[in-house]
Amino acid sequence: MAKITLSKLRHSYMAAPSGDDDWALKQLDLEWDDGGAYALLGPSGCGKTTLLNIISGLLAPTEGKVLFDEADVSLLPPEKRQIAQVFQFPVVYDTMTVFDNLAFPLRNRGVAEDVVHQRVAEVAAMIDLTDRLDKRASGLTADGKQKISLGRGLVRTDVNAVLFDEPLTVIDPHLKFQLRSKLKELHQRIALTMIYVTHDQTEALTFADKVVVMNMGEIVQVGTPVELFETPQHTFVGHFIGSPGMNVLPCEINNGNAFIAGTKIAAANKADGNLVNTEIGVRPEFVRFATKGLAARVTKVSETGRFSIVEAECDAGKVKLLVGEDEKIPTGSAKLKFDAANTRIYSDGWLAGLGSVE
Amino acid sequence: MNKTVNQKAWLFVLPVLVLVAFNAIIPLMTVVNYSVQETFGNNVFSWAGIIWFEEVLTSQRFHASLGRQLFFTFTILAIEVPLGVIIALAMPRKGIWVSVCLVLMAMPLLIPWNVVGAIWNIFALPQIGMLGNLLNGMGIDYNFTRQPGDAWATLIAMDVWHWTSLVVLLAYAGLVSIPEAYYQAAKIDGASSWAIFRYIQLPKMKRVLTIAILLRFMDSFNIYTEPFVLTGGGPGNSTTLLSIDLVKVALGQFDLGPAAAMSLVYFLVILLLSWVFYTLMMRDEEQ
Repeated sequence: MAKITLSKLRHSYMAAPSGDDDWALKQLDLEWDDGGAYALLGPSGCGKTTLLNIISGLLAPTEGKVLFDEADVSLLPPEKRQIAQVFQFPVVYDTMTVFDNLAFPLRNRGVAEDVVHQRVAEVAAMIDLTDRLDKRASGLTADGKQKISLGRGLVRTDVNAVLFDEPLTVIDPHLKFQLRSKLKELHQRIALTMIYVTHDQTEALTFADKVVVMNMGEIVQVGTPVELFETPQHTFVGHFIGSPGMNVLPCEINNGNAFIAGTKIAAANKADGNLVNTEIGVRPEFVRFATKGLAARVTKVSETGRFSIVEAECDAGKVKLLVGEDEKIPTGSAKLKFDAANTRIYSDGWLAGLGSVE
Repeated sequence: MNKTVNQKAWLFVLPVLVLVAFNAIIPLMTVVNYSVQETFGNNVFSWAGIIWFEEVLTSQRFHASLGRQLFFTFTILAIEVPLGVIIALAMPRKGIWVSVCLVLMAMPLLIPWNVVGAIWNIFALPQIGMLGNLLNGMGIDYNFTRQPGDAWATLIAMDVWHWTSLVVLLAYAGLVSIPEAYYQAAKIDGASSWAIFRYIQLPKMKRVLTIAILLRFMDSFNIYTEPFVLTGGGPGNSTTLLSIDLVKVALGQFDLGPAAAMSLVYFLVILLLSWVFYTLMMRDEEQ
């Protein structure tokens, strides 16, 4: 068990990276507290797996350090790092039984056979494979095989962290939920550091205490699910998290106030300093129809059950609103009001005056 | 469900049927026909029943050839399969050396078989051949045209040189198809390189190795050209394999009946052993 620190980490798959685009991971500094449940969230190709493989030691970083507590492990191979990792697609040892598969990481490390039996029994119960321990692993379904992979990741007790690389991709939806809850429950029981890579926001937000959002090889924000939802520090986070995502509208700044088509928009943060490409970000949850405000035209209404998603067109572009089922939706032209406490000004994608908020 | 019967379909199958008939069924049936008849030349045949089969099955000569054939086949399998796997494991998986290795490996397979025999014959000649001269120069008494042991060693070395590549290429194909995640998982699980071989590489190579073993088994059991050019079955009968013996009986002595019976027995032995091999190697796949 250890705190994991990434210090000035950079990685490129190229021999001689030059431009910014050559880096799969741009400079990263991050600390993972011992015993935390983290999610690493981002779109495909943003560097999540690269980061994970650097932590586990499958990849050596081009620059920077990986520290476990105070020890520099940047150049240690995976087997010396005491890290468990579960991959996206099931990896099972076909010729072994389910039992031998689960026992494999322990036996390779010379764990006594009675401890092996006890650990395998515990893990098998956790992942519902107890009745199939004597079966050949190759005979199991994709679900079953991925459960074995998960089990192998969880069977060791001496690990510094367990890394999951989109482990539920091949699992049936109903089992997905079940396994995710199992992992969460397990985390609460044994308090092992877990890092869960996913591109699915629901998975990330339900599993993790803290979510690390990545985009294009950079960490955009680290925060609790609530923080990510309420105060996105980058328009990307606003877009990526929440369904539908945050509305982002270009705006002009005049005397520290934001204006869209001449209408003043009250915001929670101040627009000062050097500003470029200023935008207003507001989640659909915080937009209301009002008698006064930004002029817009309702163009589309989609019923989703308890809410309707309304699309309206204002001068700056399309705005989405979440409207409760008992609220009235105007047809044609309407006025929109943004909740000032949850409306923010962004400059070049980033929250304006970052650090001065809250 | 009613299926439309389309008689025209036969027209499309016909070319294949004709081809198979001419290159397999008719020749085989001719052999069956010979095997139960006695011939006195001038195309005069008379019914002989199963006497040729009895003769072949009880013949010392056939037993000896079959024994030599089995010895040859199992020896080269025991060498070529492990050696092929070891070479395949040692070959690079990416980079420019991959193509270099693959071309080098494919070369022996591209040489016509009688040329392989001729190359080794000249290479191994005791006085003027590079190998023969070298061995004798080192004080080893080597003469494959006179000493049966030397003849066998040369024959096996030639086959290993010629055919190990096939096992290498097949095993390599099996190896490169293993997803990277398996190696990564094995590293995380702390597996030794022996464990990686035993639990990942070998199981994943199993299918291609089954094909490699079957192909090498059948080909080596049928081998004719190379040993014929190298030793001609000698010295004496010491390297007379089944096919060489068969040609001696059929063309040398023109005993069509016994030769036909021998061919059929030969064919059945290959069929039976191939089946046994295949069943043994595939028995785990069932579950």
